Amino acid sequence: MNEPRTLLDKLWGAHLVRAAMPDAPAIVYIDLHLIHEVTSPQAFRALRERGLRVRRPELTFATMDHATPTEFQRIGGRIVIDDPQAAAQISALEANCRDFGVTLYGLDSERQGIVHVIGPELGLTHPGRSIVCGDSHTCTHGAFGALAFGIGTSEVGHVLACQSLLLEKPKSFAVTFEGRLPKGVTAKDLILGLIAQMGAGGATGHALEFRGRAVAALSMEERMTLCNMAVEAGARTGMVAPDETTFAYLEGRPFAPTGAAWEAAVVRWRVLRSDDGARFDRELRFDAAQVEPMITYGTSPGMGVPVRGRVPEPNGNASLEKALRYMDLRPGETLLGHPIDVVFIGSCSNSRLSDLRLAASVFKGRHVAKSVRALVVPGSQQVKRQAEAEGLDYVFREAGADWREAGCSMCLAMNGDKLQPGQYSVSTSNRNFEGRQGKGGRTFLASPLTAAASAVAGRIADAREYVS
Amino acid sequence: MSEPFRRLESRTVVLPTENIDTDQIIPARFLTTTTRLGLGQQLFADWRYDASGDTRADFALNHPASQGAQILDAGRNFGCGSSREHAVWALRDYGFRAVISTEVADIFRRNALKNGVVPIVLDAASHAQLVAKPSATVIVDLEQQLVTLPDGALAPFAIEAFARYCLMEGVDELQFLLSQDAAISAYEASIGG
Ligand code: SF4
Repeated sequence: MNEPRTLLDKLWGAHLVRAAMPDAPAIVYIDLHLIHEVTSPQAFRALRERGLRVRRPELTFATMDHATPTEFQRIGGRIVIDDPQAAAQISALEANCRDFGVTLYGLDSERQGIVHVIGPELGLTHPGRSIVCGDSHTCTHGAFGALAFGIGTSEVGHVLACQSLLLEKPKSFAVTFEGRLPKGVTAKDLILGLIAQMGAGGATGHALEFRGRAVAALSMEERMTLCNMAVEAGARTGMVAPDETTFAYLEGRPFAPTGAAWEAAVVRWRVLRSDDGARFDRELRFDAAQVEPMITYGTSPGMGVPVRGRVPEPNGNASLEKALRYMDLRPGETLLGHPIDVVFIGSCSNSRLSDLRLAASVFKGRHVAKSVRALVVPGSQQVKRQAEAEGLDYVFREAGADWREAGCSMCLAMNGDKLQPGQYSVSTSNRNFEGRQGKGGRTFLASPLTAAASAVAGRIADAREYVS
Repeated sequence: MSEPFRRLESRTVVLPTENIDTDQIIPARFLTTTTRLGLGQQLFADWRYDASGDTRADFALNHPASQGAQILDAGRNFGCGSSREHAVWALRDYGFRAVISTEVADIFRRNALKNGVVPIVLDAASHAQLVAKPSATVIVDLEQQLVTLPDGALAPFAIEAFARYCLMEGVDELQFLLSQDAAISAYEASIGG
């Protein structure tokens, strides 16, 4: 009888060009390579310098999201980018895609958006695929039972040239979420709760597999939120075994197989699960029913507490003291009711249609507090169109929030959307690092429900009081 | 292609903070560049310079004793966060050739190895000794996989054989992958790709 295998074992084994040897790591084949403007120019430059071509341009897809503004004007049909450096980066991507034969969904394409939002939405992200991108949140695609992880620019070059990477196999780590999430508590709270328990480096070197009843009950978009933040626990990736929810999401999408090929694919995908009795290097159980709306108080995603909790005592932990100084928070302070200046709803963590619906459910019939600037940024142009078809944009505007073009926006301060020094923001993005949202800016990470409720209250609020 | 690395003797710069993420190493606003060059200027920009752009005397990198140091010693989970290789380019451009911590984030580690920067994970006690003695002189011996601590004790560290070989010979992984073309083509044929 064969040894029971984990999902990771199966995904890894299926992509081995060559197994690891004592003197060389495994060579792993890459099925899908996503690229964006910020981490690819130096990789293309390396190809040009060596006279190399892109080995499989048809497995490579590009978009622009990080440096692109979410408010722009057109002159003569052409989008004008004010920042000359960002404009140069965007033209470099256009030129590279043209010269190397790579499909690009640029600002003019209705398929443009945050790279981790458009992959799944276009049906490029399939169970069983190996997927990489020069971006740490590539783990988002693991929600489909794909082997998906972020790489650096040198590795972007390797994949462009060889469609392969030299890799050490991660260790396996099963996280079983029991129970069901209570009302007003979202997948974002679940993952923030897990990271608060494990710490920001708690899963370094591991691939997390999220399983259990609470995960089975999640929609694909919620699973993406969950897997999106696996890297914030230090994990190489996070994954969920594919099931009927996965297949129903994928069927009919532009790049999903059709007809007999679809039937055959589903048969292949059904076996992508950890066998009964498979052994993991580490295991953890976590009760989803006990999770409350979460909020971070520090400068690492692991510094989080339930929204009614208090800022902890550093007890001599210099890193925590430094974080509290930066955030200008005191030990023992309650976070609920803390005044805020900005609310950001967006990012590859929470900018999909269901996230916007959650936010809109709070904004409907209410108004953003006078002291707060609220920004709602759809993850892709498709999400934007869908939201507008449902009238969500109207709800946001009526409530006094800004409704923007698709992109990373205020998740990272490199496209014009940013916090001012000292400002506090409740954000649905995934990083509360110092200066992440703007130099001197202070970030509280939370769910779209908590963010919307806080926008209305003008201070950190308990979303459970705002959902019916 | 990188300068071969075998043995390095240098003073350290100590940043004991845990979870130093790549946004601190190089803030996002500097990522609109299309080259790898010149990022050392912006290394740790928001910790190194004050609001008016002057260097902050209280930041370890700015101490006189830190000048010329090639080894950075940092708190647990160094290099977490964004995959930006710019973080390693900035460290390397500034002059760092080795980073020591008790835990180094995965993507940063892989990026470092590709740019001739040696990521070293030490046991907590050895690391504590380094943290307690900023600017001490330390020897990193990649061949022996040993760090000579300020008190003369030797602390071993692990590194994959292939990564060590590439660093010591200045060999570039891409060259190796390109040489595997036949195996890659055979795999592609086997999956009908
Ligand atoms: S939304 Fe934020 S985390 Fe996601 S890809 Fe863009 S910058 Fe990275």
